[in-house]
Amino acid sequence: MTITRRKFLGWIGGAAAGSATLAGTVAHGASNKEFKGYPGSFGVLHDITKCIGCRKCEQACSEVNAMPAPNKPFDDLSVLEKERRTTVTTHTVVNKFDKREFDKSATSQSGNAEDSGDKLGGDKQVINSSGSLFVKKQCNHCLEPACASACFVNAFKKDRTGAVTYNESLCVGCRYCMVACPFNIPTYEYDEPLTPRVMKCTLCLPRIQEGKLPACVEICPKEALVFGEREELIKQARMRIQKYPDNYVDHIYGEHEMGGTSWLYLSPVPFNEVGMREDLGKHSAPELTAGALSAVPIVVGLWPVLLTGIYAISKRKDKIAQEEQKEAVAKVKEDAQEQMALKLEELKKKMNKEREIAIKTEVKKALDQAAKASEAKATKLSEEEQ
Amino acid sequence: MTLQTISIKSRLINNPLIKKVEWTPVNIVTAIILVMGFFLTIARFFGGLGTVTNLDDNNPWGVWIGFDLLCGVALAAGGYVTSSACYIFGLKRFHSAVRPAILTAFLGYALVAFALNYDVGRPWRLPYPVFYSPGTSSLLFEVGLCVFLYLNVLFIEFTPAAFEWLGLKKIRSFVVGLTMILTIFGVVLSTLHQSSLGALFLIAPSKLHPLWYSGYLPVYFFISSMFAGMSMVIFEGSLAHKYLHHKMDDTHLSESDGVVLGFSKAASFVMMGYLGIKLIGLAIDNNWHHLFTGWGLWFLFELIGFVAIPAFMYAVAARDKNVKFARIASVFAVLGIILNRLNISLIAFNWHLPSSQRYFPSWMEIATSVFIVTLGIVVYRFITAYMPILYEHSDYKHDNSNQNANSHDD
Amino acid sequence: MEHIFYTLQDFMVHTKGITYLIMGGLLIALPLFWLFLTGRDEKNKTF
Repeated sequence: MTITRRKFLGWIGGAAAGSATLAGTVAHGASNKEFKGYPGSFGVLHDITKCIGCRKCEQACSEVNAMPAPNKPFDDLSVLEKERRTTVTTHTVVNKFDKREFDKSATSQSGNAEDSGDKLGGDKQVINSSGSLFVKKQCNHCLEPACASACFVNAFKKDRTGAVTYNESLCVGCRYCMVACPFNIPTYEYDEPLTPRVMKCTLCLPRIQEGKLPACVEICPKEALVFGEREELIKQARMRIQKYPDNYVDHIYGEHEMGGTSWLYLSPVPFNEVGMREDLGKHSAPELTAGALSAVPIVVGLWPVLLTGIYAISKRKDKIAQEEQKEAVAKVKEDAQEQMALKLEELKKKMNKEREIAIKTEVKKALDQAAKASEAKATKLSEEEQ
Repeated sequence: MTLQTISIKSRLINNPLIKKVEWTPVNIVTAIILVMGFFLTIARFFGGLGTVTNLDDNNPWGVWIGFDLLCGVALAAGGYVTSSACYIFGLKRFHSAVRPAILTAFLGYALVAFALNYDVGRPWRLPYPVFYSPGTSSLLFEVGLCVFLYLNVLFIEFTPAAFEWLGLKKIRSFVVGLTMILTIFGVVLSTLHQSSLGALFLIAPSKLHPLWYSGYLPVYFFISSMFAGMSMVIFEGSLAHKYLHHKMDDTHLSESDGVVLGFSKAASFVMMGYLGIKLIGLAIDNNWHHLFTGWGLWFLFELIGFVAIPAFMYAVAARDKNVKFARIASVFAVLGIILNRLNISLIAFNWHLPSSQRYFPSWMEIATSVFIVTLGIVVYRFITAYMPILYEHSDYKHDNSNQNANSHDD
Repeated sequence: MEHIFYTLQDFMVHTKGITYLIMGGLLIALPLFWLFLTGRDEKNKTF
């Protein structure tokens, strides 16, 4: 089933209130290992081939969000000459991409379209006559929003309707969401000194909750925007590509980009030729940061253990070194004492020896003297006798 | 109790040590910068970010984040590097370097927090992430929580100096008893927020140039914070020697050459390891072909000019025991860190945008950053002039020399 | 109470919230346990 805006209105009526139907949904196979987003959440399919660049969506958006009127009125299409981005007062902009920029692919595609169009008769879909393409730009309402993943106060939330909401009452104004957003969507009230807010498309959440369509979808005169369940929109987009393969590149932008977005795009030319980046990859923002985040608790768990271990080891080394030093000192002391004792002994021995020698010599001397004396006496006596 | 507070007050007011400000040329320039900062503050808070900065919706972060936050935090890493070297790894010869390093780190983080008040839209909500609505899936939450906690840790680690100045012996010895646990907390928190600052950019692979974007960003930031811290200790030491030589005691003077050479050796080796993992980063993402573009040259300029060359200079300085050469090397290493952080947050960020949409800071943004740095220098000069930072307080000399052995008894 | 998470983002906010609480607990518990562990060591404590 495809939901155009008219069908959706009827469907909403049948289900009492849009949000009520969502509240009652039961998750089918939603496990904690794989996350498929809110079941039955809404999205918008933007078929670039159908957009005529009338800027009515811009006007409706501005009015619904009570924005100040721009300097140039919305019916002034000269604004389209310059590529624009969302600003604080414009949550959506339509950009024009000249035929020149994608000449080759566009001519071949449109040529084919005309050929097949003849066969298909009334169903013919042609790139609008001017040869320019118009692309609407606004918040893509990611399934896993980078802004929400980046926000350190949980000011951004993915609503079950599909809208990514912003809670002004929590916002600190760090602007990390703007750094994180791969589509460069959030804007900031730089001129607000004390109460700056981050501004972006709300998917008209208040209107959806009332059972109404987003303002831009409602006003679009060419059905270039289709609101509905995202799953259904993807099926519808596939069907369109299948039915008119010459009108579209085989790529639904937003099906997988950055983990998928609630806004989906169909284009006749490669998306990077109409200002949409094709190098964003399929990984969602929380997947990009999950590795670094999961390293945090491991550091907290292991670092104190490791560091205390290193500390204890260095402490132990100090202690051992201290003890060794003590021992060494003690040993030196002991050695010194021993040596001293040895020396003393030697000295004693030496002294004893010396004394002995001295005594001996004294005795000898005495004996010698005595001998001499007696000898002298003897000679004296003999002399006297003679 | 009241008596004590009165005595502290009188000490603060009638302290014979607090001298009158002399109007030297340096002080006059300082005063001019402070007055200018005052007016810029008024402009910021009455006119909004739009009046002072060149920030826009494509470039939400400017020099206040790229320089004040990223460089400020990286260069304040000296606190955890020095205190862990001394207390955890047991390198006691770094002891006299711990206090100045802790003071610089504390002032650095305090200034980061101060600068954030200028950058965020509603500064009075800065406690929200920690106390009111924690966005736990955000790496900025991780950074905020750790910086907040680490600022407290650093403050407590710094207080003994203030208590010695004020003569509060009991509370001083209690805080000194916490040294070990504070040091370990400091390393844990520093590891986390230094790396998380790099991880902030993991969420934007489409905006940061592939040569700088890597899954290893958090590791790069953490490893580079180590030699950033060491280089800053050496650099700051050389400034202190020039202007505050008379404040240093014999222990500080005799140990300072050893600190410079020790950190030179360590920084040199860590920088070589850093170069190695940078090379691995190139290989793992197969980014070789980017090297031959203009961005590649700029990348090599950063890595060779401001990592490889200072690493080699450090090595030569450490081998030759040439303190002067190590100090010259530290200037290059510090510049290299600043260049790296600015590359990631500003220069190679949004590289795909046409030059008309790129960011260049306004003079008022730069002047505000200069004002904040000047404020830090003024406070540093005040504290080193009055508190026992570069010397040991005579009452606690014995205590300090035994700190390694005793500080852990609690 | 079994809560179903529809987005990885919500899941991460929830699980990381709990791990942060555990981290806080660990930072308090580990030093205390170390004190218990080394409580009967010689007077020259290693902590």
